Amino acid sequence: MRVAGKGLNAHGAPVTFTFDGTTFEGREGDTLAAALLANDVRLVGRSFKYHRPRGILTAGSEEPNALVTMGTDAAQDPNIRATTQEIYDGLAARSQNAWPSLNRDVMAVNDLLSPFLSAGFYYKTFMWPKSFWEKVYEPIIRRAAGLGALSGATNEDTYEKAFAHCDVLIIGAGPAGLMAALTAARSGADVILADEDSQMGGRLLAETYDVDGQAGADWAAGIVEDLRGMANVRLMTRTTVTGAYDQGTYGALELVNHHRTPNAAVPRECFWRIVAKRSILCAGALERPIAFPNNDRPGIMTAGAVRTYLNRWGVAPGKSVTVFANNDDAHRTAVDLVDAGVTVAGVIDSRADAPQFGDYPVFKSGLVIATKGRLCLESITVQHSGGTRDIRTDCLAMSGGWNPTVHLTCHMNGRPTWDDYILSFVPTDGSIPGMSVAGAASGVFSTHGCLESGIKIAREVVLELGLTAGDIDMPSADDSAYRIEPLWQVEGKGRKWLDFQNDVHVKDINLAAQENFRSVEHMKRYTTQGMATDQGKNSNVSALAVLADATGRGIPETGTTTFRPPYVPVSIGAMGAGAQGHGFAPERHMTSHHATLDRGAPMIEAGLWYRPSYFPKTGETTWLESCNREVNMVRNTVGICDVSTLGKIDIQGPDAAAFLDFVYCNTFLTLKENRVRYGLMLREDGYVMDDGTTARLGPNQYVMTTTTAAAGQVMKHLDWVSQALRPDLDVRFGSVTEQWAQFAVAGPKSRDLLNSILDQGIDGESWPFMACGDVQISGVAGRLFRISFSGEHAYEIAVPSRYGASLFRQLCAQAEAMGGGVYGMEALNVLRIEKGFITHSEIHGRVNAADIGFGRMVSQKKDCIGNTASQRPDVVGGEREQLVGLKPIDPKGKLTAGAHLFVDGADAVRVNDQGYVTSVCYSPTLGHDLALGFLLDGHNRHGETVQLVDHLRGVETVCEVCHPVFLDPDNTRAKETSNG
Amino acid sequence: MRLPCPLCGERDRREFYYQGHATMLDRPARDAGIDAWDDYLHNRDNIAGEVEDLWHHEAGCGAWIKVTRNTVTHEVSGAKLVNGARK
Repeated sequence: MRVAGKGLNAHGAPVTFTFDGTTFEGREGDTLAAALLANDVRLVGRSFKYHRPRGILTAGSEEPNALVTMGTDAAQDPNIRATTQEIYDGLAARSQNAWPSLNRDVMAVNDLLSPFLSAGFYYKTFMWPKSFWEKVYEPIIRRAAGLGALSGATNEDTYEKAFAHCDVLIIGAGPAGLMAALTAARSGADVILADEDSQMGGRLLAETYDVDGQAGADWAAGIVEDLRGMANVRLMTRTTVTGAYDQGTYGALELVNHHRTPNAAVPRECFWRIVAKRSILCAGALERPIAFPNNDRPGIMTAGAVRTYLNRWGVAPGKSVTVFANNDDAHRTAVDLVDAGVTVAGVIDSRADAPQFGDYPVFKSGLVIATKGRLCLESITVQHSGGTRDIRTDCLAMSGGWNPTVHLTCHMNGRPTWDDYILSFVPTDGSIPGMSVAGAASGVFSTHGCLESGIKIAREVVLELGLTAGDIDMPSADDSAYRIEPLWQVEGKGRKWLDFQNDVHVKDINLAAQENFRSVEHMKRYTTQGMATDQGKNSNVSALAVLADATGRGIPETGTTTFRPPYVPVSIGAMGAGAQGHGFAPERHMTSHHATLDRGAPMIEAGLWYRPSYFPKTGETTWLESCNREVNMVRNTVGICDVSTLGKIDIQGPDAAAFLDFVYCNTFLTLKENRVRYGLMLREDGYVMDDGTTARLGPNQYVMTTTTAAAGQVMKHLDWVSQALRPDLDVRFGSVTEQWAQFAVAGPKSRDLLNSILDQGIDGESWPFMACGDVQISGVAGRLFRISFSGEHAYEIAVPSRYGASLFRQLCAQAEAMGGGVYGMEALNVLRIEKGFITHSEIHGRVNAADIGFGRMVSQKKDCIGNTASQRPDVVGGEREQLVGLKPIDPKGKLTAGAHLFVDGADAVRVNDQGYVTSVCYSPTLGHDLALGFLLDGHNRHGETVQLVDHLRGVETVCEVCHPVFLDPDNTRAKETSNG
Repeated sequence: MRLPCPLCGERDRREFYYQGHATMLDRPARDAGIDAWDDYLHNRDNIAGEVEDLWHHEAGCGAWIKVTRNTVTHEVSGAKLVNGARK
């Protein structure tokens, strides 16, 4: 219920929202949790395993219980914390893990079965039969236990990612963070101040303390205004720093549009990578519950949260509130409630010397030993110095003390240090290089201490950055001591919950210890303590204390589990922003792309490139029909194919030839101007890296082509060789793949076609096989290479990319006029297999030059990359699998890529394996299937028969081993010189 | 993680391609013998501590650099161009 006149948003405009279909009214500035409590909605969810009724426990991002689902269909977003979700008009939230309704959840039967569902019950119960796990047990368990569900539809929300750089990143904008930011900013540092809340001020927004004679929240607002006016400060609200990474890199999640009506034009979240020279962690502290019997009923909350709801949002979470604590701080809750006119039915303080700060009953040496109320707390049983009594109460504010928010300091394997005074862990110095810790996160809990520590740490940081620390006046503020006595669990009948989100209670931890899962990491896995969306932010320290007790060790010796990023859940959509769907990988399009699509060609991916598979003609019903036609067209008339995707590297300089000689295993020093040579590139270990042609365009200029797949790798390799191995060579090079559009013109009529478009015609004498040079096409300077990947009389013609689209259309039109046309990758593949040309199907990283029959290409007159390794004894003398051609004995015989080769009649089992098939096609030229493959000692086995066996496709074919060049072994077609 | 490119300054590690240990800079002579080549090609120590390794500023200036890095603390203590590093 609302308390008149209370709350920072007391004058906020009314906002209408729904929860589980019921319409409620809240106030602008409310979180969903605050608005629900204002409407006396206590029951907000069902627990993970036992489906116990649960309410709101906290007022921050550490909330384990109050998780809701928002949005529907593709926009369905589960596990949203009601404690951080701001309300807006039309917000619709639904509870989770309850059916048919929150009030009557049939799976609550699990709670009655709880004696059988203790920690480790999966491992013990569902052991057999083995096949039942996947089919029966797991689906049932998954349906019964869990949090919110995904829709299963593709998420269409927009997300963004961004980078930021600063001198000092300040994480958290409470009293320490604000003072640290002001100090660093006034010293001239570039500052980023990030806070996960919508409003900066931290605990000052939740307390009634004065700072410098004003209300804490007003003071904070003033400082924020000062900071906002400074050019060197960036304020980031609704931004949680989620992880600390190497070299001062931090991940941060900004909730850009969670607090407003979803809008496709605005990103929902933005994932930031912030690089900071230094950082100051001012993340505050989190309050821990006390483990007493049935401490999980709706209405039982942390004490700090109860006064946050009261002071910040003017909401009293109960009509008659009790407080249960072991420290002075929790008494603030009672004091604030009494001041606001809310009944405080008692403060149960476990300490014998419990203080009295206001007009409310205090039960010294008090313990809450039982609670009652099915869907909401109704009463508690208290045992105290004066006896035992029941107290009617609908809200119990509990506090077992505060844990500094050390998480980020542990992200690089740092371990926190136990502090006996505050009975919790504090960050260990130097855990994250460049990170300092101030305020409550460092174990300093008074407002005065936080303000002072913010100034002090920021001064140290700016001095280290070489700046002069600006003068900052220390504001006056409360400096009460933080007094606490240990209280981890209370004996009594009923389960004493630790991890509310995972339904882990004290007995589970004891069971883990009893079954020898004594290491804290083992206990965590056995019980699931500290997992899921809250990562045990409320419960970890208490669970450690219980484990320490059960194993007879101290808490420091027991140690902590490892805190890992992210500090709060981060959507994959935010981390991968921009990479969804088509954004996953960029698409590279050739200049012929649109013309190719216009012709109805299906595209296939070649790395990032999109290339045409084949060009269907009217009446053709299968790809093979189109492919066969295109192959015949190239063999008999002329075909056009866009080959721009091949890597092209322009290499220039006096030592360019020497450089080529070092990266190719064959010789390039002897290559004349206006000539092209095939080159084979090895890795240093002697295996083939890539192949391609290199043309000498001028005295000191070459253009190298690489395969489409290896273009990037070759460029990187050339950089390596030039910079690391041969800096003595005077050579420069750069990729020109994107700068040139290049088309194959292949077939007996290729020269005729070219002569119809070139400004000056060519003839066979001046343009023999492997010639190259400059040409003009309608006045445009281009390059012509007489090279062939089809075995036909063929050329490749290149023009600057901006002319590619028009040249392609012109080439296609001319080819079609001459009875030819355009061909795609399928035909290109058949043409090259018929000629025994290799691709990366053959040079797949495990073959050397000798294996593919190019052993003699490795020149021994010079050194080159891979030269020495090519002479390894196992390469020269060993029996290896070598490239062969294969054709079926029966012309109808089927060959398949990936099949293995066996001696005819041998069992087709691994030990008899003689080799494998890398490429296959149906050859319309020869009228049967062809294959390339590798066969043990294959070069010496031409003429033998082998059995091809494909176990996957059930194919067995007897083949003849032959030379890999099936067609025109003397290359007479490509070398054609007549001018007819 | 960030690496100090000697040409571009400190850059995000996503701009770099990781190659491996800087041993690759010490290419043996052609006739250095099979053991020297075997070591060069295949044998690497798996060091917990300071290592020198090779990175290519692939999405940047194209420089190959030798980075001194601690595999335990993740501290990056320096980087040189491989060109200069050889001398």
